[in-house]
Amino acid sequence: MTIGPSAFLGLAAVLFTLGLYGAVARKSAVMVLMSLELMAVAVNLNMVALSRFVTPTEMTGQFFAIFTMVVSAAEIGLGLALVLAIYRQTRSIELSSIDSLKG
Amino acid sequence: MNESVNGVAFIILAFASIGGAVGMLTTRNIIHAAFWLLEVMVAVGGLYLLLSAEFLAVVQILIYAGAVSVLMLFVVMLTLRRREDSVRPVEVSIGGGIMAAVFGTIMYVAIARYGDRVGEMPAVVPDTAALGELLFTRWALPFEVASLVLLVALVGAVWWSREED
Repeated sequence: MTIGPSAFLGLAAVLFTLGLYGAVARKSAVMVLMSLELMAVAVNLNMVALSRFVTPTEMTGQFFAIFTMVVSAAEIGLGLALVLAIYRQTRSIELSSIDSLKG
Repeated sequence: MNESVNGVAFIILAFASIGGAVGMLTTRNIIHAAFWLLEVMVAVGGLYLLLSAEFLAVVQILIYAGAVSVLMLFVVMLTLRRREDSVRPVEVSIGGGIMAAVFGTIMYVAIARYGDRVGEMPAVVPDTAALGELLFTRWALPFEVASLVLLVALVGAVWWSREED
């Protein structure tokens, strides 16, 4: 039994789809950030798999994955700081309570 | 001569990661969701090992399973006043379901049509020493920019989360 690139791409697509659903469906800001992390990991898995199959010596996909990890680590740090700041203002992390810009 | 991925290990790790993601989305307890996310991250680290990306596997465990999950748990614990607050009502979104279904169908069609253009896994195995060498020669400028991004994010996170006076 051989595992081709499409198995990895399919797995990454399933993970990304689940993360997409979670980011839209969940009402807690922390849960939305967790779903975003799930999507970032799915993208990384794609890049590492294609790097192994297409450019095993240049490892371009692995470098792209490293830089994606840097950006998503920065994003998660800033996102959680923002959640804490919002919690100080409204005493809640529900997304439905952040509606001060509503007309 | 081509290399190949261990099929049994791939299937176990695939089930672990998808099961973890489903568990994260269906659990009502937000603390349990953070632990399910940790499980997904560890399983994906195992998949990186299968793809002989050892450095990325270790970084995945350190950054995602270590730092990000602990950060999530910290924020959950800082923003909950009582233990009961961590259990949330079941949240179902029909719009989100439709969106995810459409996206998943498009991905399925694309992979079914173009996924096997890449072909067999080459016998050349990427090695960590070469990765380090390339990172500090060819990718040195992006590497420095990445450190700048992290510095700005660090300062920004401290600035946003400080106590107002």
